[in-house]
Amino acid sequence: MAFDKVWVLAEAFEGKPLTVVNELLTKAREIGTTVEAVCFGGDAASYAADLGKFGVTKVYDVGDLGGALPGVPVASAIAAQIAEGNRPDAILFAQSYDGRDIAGRLSARLNLGVLTNLVGLADDGTAEHAIFGGETLVKAKLTGERPYIFLVRPKSFAPEESGGGAPEVTTIAAPDAGATNGAKISQRHVEERTGPKLDEAPVVVSGGRGLGEADKFEMVEELAKLLKGAPGASRAIVDAGWVPYAYQVGQTGKTVKPTIYIAVGISGATQHMVGMKGAKNIIAINKDQEAPIFSIADLGIVGDVHKVVPKLIEALKGR
Amino acid sequence: MNVVVCVKQIPDPASPGKLDPSTKTLVREGKLVVDDSDMYGIEMALQLVGTAGGGEVTLVSMAPNNETAGLRTGLAMGAAKAILVSDDSLKGADALTTAKVLAAAIKRVNPDLVIAATESTDGYTGTLPVQMAELLGFPSITFAKSVQVDGTTVKVDRQTEAGYDEVECPLPAVVTVTAGVVEPRYPSFKGIMAAKGKPVEQLTVADLGIDGGVAVTQEVTDVVAAEARKAGEIVTDEGDAHERIVQFLEQLKVI
Repeated sequence: MAFDKVWVLAEAFEGKPLTVVNELLTKAREIGTTVEAVCFGGDAASYAADLGKFGVTKVYDVGDLGGALPGVPVASAIAAQIAEGNRPDAILFAQSYDGRDIAGRLSARLNLGVLTNLVGLADDGTAEHAIFGGETLVKAKLTGERPYIFLVRPKSFAPEESGGGAPEVTTIAAPDAGATNGAKISQRHVEERTGPKLDEAPVVVSGGRGLGEADKFEMVEELAKLLKGAPGASRAIVDAGWVPYAYQVGQTGKTVKPTIYIAVGISGATQHMVGMKGAKNIIAINKDQEAPIFSIADLGIVGDVHKVVPKLIEALKGR
Repeated sequence: MNVVVCVKQIPDPASPGKLDPSTKTLVREGKLVVDDSDMYGIEMALQLVGTAGGGEVTLVSMAPNNETAGLRTGLAMGAAKAILVSDDSLKGADALTTAKVLAAAIKRVNPDLVIAATESTDGYTGTLPVQMAELLGFPSITFAKSVQVDGTTVKVDRQTEAGYDEVECPLPAVVTVTAGVVEPRYPSFKGIMAAKGKPVEQLTVADLGIDGGVAVTQEVTDVVAAEARKAGEIVTDEGDAHERIVQFLEQLKVI
């Protein structure tokens, strides 16, 4: 194994570790001898046992951040541990909003490089990321001082429990970072979404420019609901403001690996394909028979989405 | 209020990307264009300076071969000036090195606010703005879907997994904006003509006096083709293609 001690940033939401944390912990056990977790937010004690099930033997808890964005205080706390001699060989982060902030801050603080957007990590430390819309994989290694900082895209590894017991929880302090720690959350807004989460749904129906106008996204939502799936979107219609960024599938959005992915009026820009080509089955509906999406679709329908999709919805409703 | 916007000039995304066979890094020779992701930041900066009623927008970029084509687009939109760092020693620079270069260039302007895209379209490392903020000693707010400045405070709606957070921080600060934060303007003819006369300061690594020069922290060991997906059945809709989809879903036991 390339690494002795591996740390994983264990992000949680509503008292539960994120699914991606379990994926990272499973990988950490493969590449490292000892797996430990860094937590923040104030309720680590309540989910430490969940982390233990995936092989974590020790939890470092930064605790409540007093409303600060996590980037600066969590990076400061990790840097302080390292300065005291508690130095991991590698730290795994999810390519998430906060994961990126913390890893970026830590990288600059420690003057160490990062490898990001990883979809593979071998036990000799060789990391893989996809470029050109997922057509090409680049394998790279970090060199120089440790810890190596890796940011991994969700859904890259299958989570597997190790059956470990509850880990020891140690509080670690975030030293005062002065002006850099100035960003404070004043209000949180949770947008209600019904149905399964986009990155966990077995069926994803995504809409793109081919829908023509924002109102037609309802068609995508209705089809998703009928199939007990989640609606998604291409970057083009997120940029156009038709749907929130949280719906975006692709390089700059979410990676999804559903059983079925239905692309409605999406041409298949490389930036979109990298986020969905891991789907088991792909159905594409597009009026342009030259659209790149057809090159990866298991079933491609060359046709007008405004005609095909309403008929499909009617047929499904009639069952 | 003075705002810096980090601008990446990239190979035209419409043409296929290439890797240098010896260094295995992205080829960035030839004509470069402004990264679409940065258009939102430029527009945001112009609007914030307009609202503040004074100050200017400065573009900061690092690119090979003294490339300024993409910067001219931003200047034509209304930015006052640009700083370009171009140096052969920066070929294949990683995100942290680039952050060091941009931070050193930004320090010369002493801005109230630095805006960047959440990530570039070609390399999409996605850590550079925060690395830069740390090197500048600034706080940062990433993934802004709206940005307002109120006196010496920047107020941002930040995208989250569950919705969004209202986040505030004192200036100076770094903010990264998502696409769609504002609608970028098209440069006017007058703007395009005016851009030709706007100053672009060209600097090298030596001009910036970066300690320790450029460190290489990673090594590309291999480049391989990903497992390709094959095209399946293609059906042209004659009014009944939805039936084929229903059949397909039945086969997969989804319905």
